[in-house]
Amino acid sequence: MAEPKVKYDRQLRIWGEQGQAALEKASICLLNCGPTGSETLKNLVLGGVGSITVVDGSKVEVGDLGNNFMVDESSVGESKAKCVCAFLQELNDVVKAKFIEDFPEELIETNPSFFSQFTLVIATQLVSDSMVKLDRICREANIILIFARSYGLMGFVRIGVKEHTVIESKPDHFLDDLRLNNPWPELTRFTETIDLNTTDAVVHKHTPYIIILVKIAEEWANTHGGNLPSTREEKRQFKDLIKSKMITIDEENYKEAMEASFKVFSPRGIAGANLQKIIDDGGTEIDSNSSDFWVMVAALKEFIANEGGGETPLEGSIPDMTSSTELYVNLQKNYQAKAEADFLVMERRIGNLLKKIGRDPASISKTNIKSFSKNARKLAVCRYRLIEEEFNSPVQPELQKYLMDEDHGTLQEANSLKVLPENTAAGLYILLRAADRFAVNYNKFPGQFDGVMDEDISRLKTTAVGLLNDLGCNSSALSEDLINEMCRYGASELHAVAAFVGGVASQEVIKLITRQFIPMSGTFIFNGIDNKSQLLLL
Amino acid sequence: MKGRYKYSLSYLCCFLTGASILLKVEASRSTIRPQILLPLFVSPSRSSMADSASQSRSRDLDKLLLRSGNLVGPTFEPGTELRDALNEFVRVLVIGAGGLGCELLKDLAFSGFRNLEVIDMDRIEVTNLNRQFLFRLGDVGKPKAEVAAKRVMERVSGVDIKPHFCRIEDKPISFYNDFHIIVLGLDSVEARSYINSVACSFLEYDSDDNPREESIKPMVDGGTEGFKGHARIIMPGVTPCFECTIWLFPPQVKFPLCTLAETPRTAAHCIEYAHLIKWDEAHSGKTFDPDDPEHMQWVYSEAVKRAELFGIPGVTYSLTQGVVKNIIPAIASTNAIISAACALETLKVVSGCSKTLTNYLTYNGVEGLHTKVTEFVRDKDCLVCGPGVLIELETSVTLKKFIDLLEDHPKLLLTRVSVTYRGKNLYMQAPPVLEEMTRSNLDLPLFELVSKTPRDIVHVTGAAGKGDTKQSCSRKLRVVFKGMDVDMAGGA
Repeated sequence: MAEPKVKYDRQLRIWGEQGQAALEKASICLLNCGPTGSETLKNLVLGGVGSITVVDGSKVEVGDLGNNFMVDESSVGESKAKCVCAFLQELNDVVKAKFIEDFPEELIETNPSFFSQFTLVIATQLVSDSMVKLDRICREANIILIFARSYGLMGFVRIGVKEHTVIESKPDHFLDDLRLNNPWPELTRFTETIDLNTTDAVVHKHTPYIIILVKIAEEWANTHGGNLPSTREEKRQFKDLIKSKMITIDEENYKEAMEASFKVFSPRGIAGANLQKIIDDGGTEIDSNSSDFWVMVAALKEFIANEGGGETPLEGSIPDMTSSTELYVNLQKNYQAKAEADFLVMERRIGNLLKKIGRDPASISKTNIKSFSKNARKLAVCRYRLIEEEFNSPVQPELQKYLMDEDHGTLQEANSLKVLPENTAAGLYILLRAADRFAVNYNKFPGQFDGVMDEDISRLKTTAVGLLNDLGCNSSALSEDLINEMCRYGASELHAVAAFVGGVASQEVIKLITRQFIPMSGTFIFNGIDNKSQLLLL
Repeated sequence: MKGRYKYSLSYLCCFLTGASILLKVEASRSTIRPQILLPLFVSPSRSSMADSASQSRSRDLDKLLLRSGNLVGPTFEPGTELRDALNEFVRVLVIGAGGLGCELLKDLAFSGFRNLEVIDMDRIEVTNLNRQFLFRLGDVGKPKAEVAAKRVMERVSGVDIKPHFCRIEDKPISFYNDFHIIVLGLDSVEARSYINSVACSFLEYDSDDNPREESIKPMVDGGTEGFKGHARIIMPGVTPCFECTIWLFPPQVKFPLCTLAETPRTAAHCIEYAHLIKWDEAHSGKTFDPDDPEHMQWVYSEAVKRAELFGIPGVTYSLTQGVVKNIIPAIASTNAIISAACALETLKVVSGCSKTLTNYLTYNGVEGLHTKVTEFVRDKDCLVCGPGVLIELETSVTLKKFIDLLEDHPKLLLTRVSVTYRGKNLYMQAPPVLEEMTRSNLDLPLFELVSKTPRDIVHVTGAAGKGDTKQSCSRKLRVVFKGMDVDMAGGA
């Protein structure tokens, strides 16, 4: 193996050559390179992203030596962007690294088109006002954006993109696509060549459970007016029926069949599945502006209504199961052939749709169509509100719910044994925004300087109450202790918190760029107090 | 400058064994919020060097350590003394200098800890470079612990990291007792289990079977696999130890040999056939070495042949390596997240500057982002963190007989046993020189060797389990001699 392939071996096993190629094409911009920013970027440089641009206008101070690994004593007084960039380059020489000594806030104000050149912008340690502005800029330019912020023991991560579609969501647990209760003609014919009542004990215990279940499901349906087991009692009887076919009690294939019998009971087609929502939502009308994803969804909708008979294209793989080699391999071929046939139908339908909207019928590659057909049941669509909308009009019932603490009042006694209220993450969210408002009013963050803590605490409380009123919420939900805590943090950027927040941000970036796995939804609040972090869907 | 604040070993020892280090264990319902209370003995000259806020290296950390708060540990005492105690006094051991270890060393160095040691037996490989950010291509082949320690010391001034390039079993048990807290960045169940058993062996119980606070050796453990990971705090005797919740780590499923030999179905079956069956047939007596590329290539080509024979798709060189070496996919981001959580918990446990995790955090970034905190409970009968397995003996039983007994003990099944009593080696299997020195004890009655103490704790180390599942462990035994006057309540 060539050296880069060896170097990236452990991650290629996760996102494959395609994912890696996407990373290597990506051009990433980092705004502010304190520990949160530089740790985020570090994780991406190690993974081999194409290019990075570090934007920061500040000089390295002595205080930075206590929380940022990318600067050292010789850096004091130098451009922080330059020092961080130089260290990052050291980590991976194939990454194109450059820096710009400019304050991100100024770029946002004076040069919004600057951001259009990147695949993705990572904005760290920005205050609310700048976040809102940058979010608009990137949304209009269709640039993926992610915010990351560390503040004392809390953190904030939020994705900003209108819509992110995923074909290869690679879920950990997903029901196999075996069609045990809805076999296609070739599978039925294949199972008909096998006799479950064979007296050959070796053959009997090497019949794969797929065949056992397809046949027994058919047998059941024939004696139950075409229906499959639905009640608990019927399901039990179905399992008994499987058991009755066993010759000896140690036949692994029959045990596997009983364990897998739930796959027979699962509903046919896509009713109730996430896919139904995606099809209903986007696949109505497509035009020349539609993305490849939505064109394929439109074709999928047609497929399901026509050739699929309610089902998606077959995925085409089967799990390992007790079987003779020959039966297993033949079964596998049967599934693959059906998947290939379904893919060809999809390809034709996609070609026709492309022609209809005035695009080259071959403009979506075979590889992509194949991957789409294979993963049709696992598609994912993520959408993110403009952060301005979230800030000005958060989803009211959700916010109320997050802020409500069932134990509120009972656990607030001033003793050291108390358990943190369940609404802590939501409280931190409100207080971070209040701290930004505080900063606008008083030109410093609450608790940033020693000596005026009491004043800052009461001012932050007033500010937070004002914010909650503006959001139409009852302000009693905020605990005094938490307000206190926020002032204690004094806008500090602790390395361990920054490393956590930066780690989360970089992982989301990888999912966004590779278009694999599903990015987080909502706003992630890291609660470093007791680690009960939360995703707020506002 | 730094030398002034170093303590002589004997001085340090008196803090370790004396009452100055206290583990405050406090229970509210079943929630336990333990923390180490630090001695505030740091030289005043240091404390008075109160740096002006913005010009201090600890500008950010000071906010947390110098300011009071309400959401903190019960014995939190903010101030420069606390910060200086973290700097000068607390000793942290990091186990593993790999994906987690590299991050941990950096994160701990920036969390106010300056006395760190790290132990790792591995050398740097090219496949580490996508996440183990302290290593460069030119470091390949060098010991991980040494390079990691050097790199962090180069960039974070004032930090002292002592590397240990060896196996964890190579260190005497007493080595581990020298640290206030142990942070685990490992990728194997066996290694976690071993360190856990060592840390739990320091645990002592009082006559009411409550753990003695000063004997608790806290551990913070992290682990990752792909986009998933966990971080946990283990306070032996208070929160579940690794063994109490061993079911969280189910054993790896192995393919039945008959499947490999008779009915292969998948690429992995063909690979394991070549690796486990064909290799031995073709190379009589020669051990397979997974790190030898020629060996791997041989297994790969044999697997391809077998797959072709049966019409099985999917054998690749990469998969061959993955199956044979049981490679766990690993990425920088997850390691960063889990290590950061561990380092932060370490800081909180030691300083009390905030609440702590109770007691198990899981992270999953596969579908969206899910974090969950679970409060697991102890297994009251745990062999490892419980008060110890009770062994009743006649006073005439010799050390040799005692050792043989442990082999047949249904709960222990210990072989290759070494025995220590109150820090004294009664019998050691290795090294040879120690074995020779202690051999003569074998024929003496154990009762004599423990100075005729009617009941006491005896520590043994050895290999536990049967057949090929044996692994190193340390066990605490409560030895009681029959017929002796035992009216001192000792719990049973």
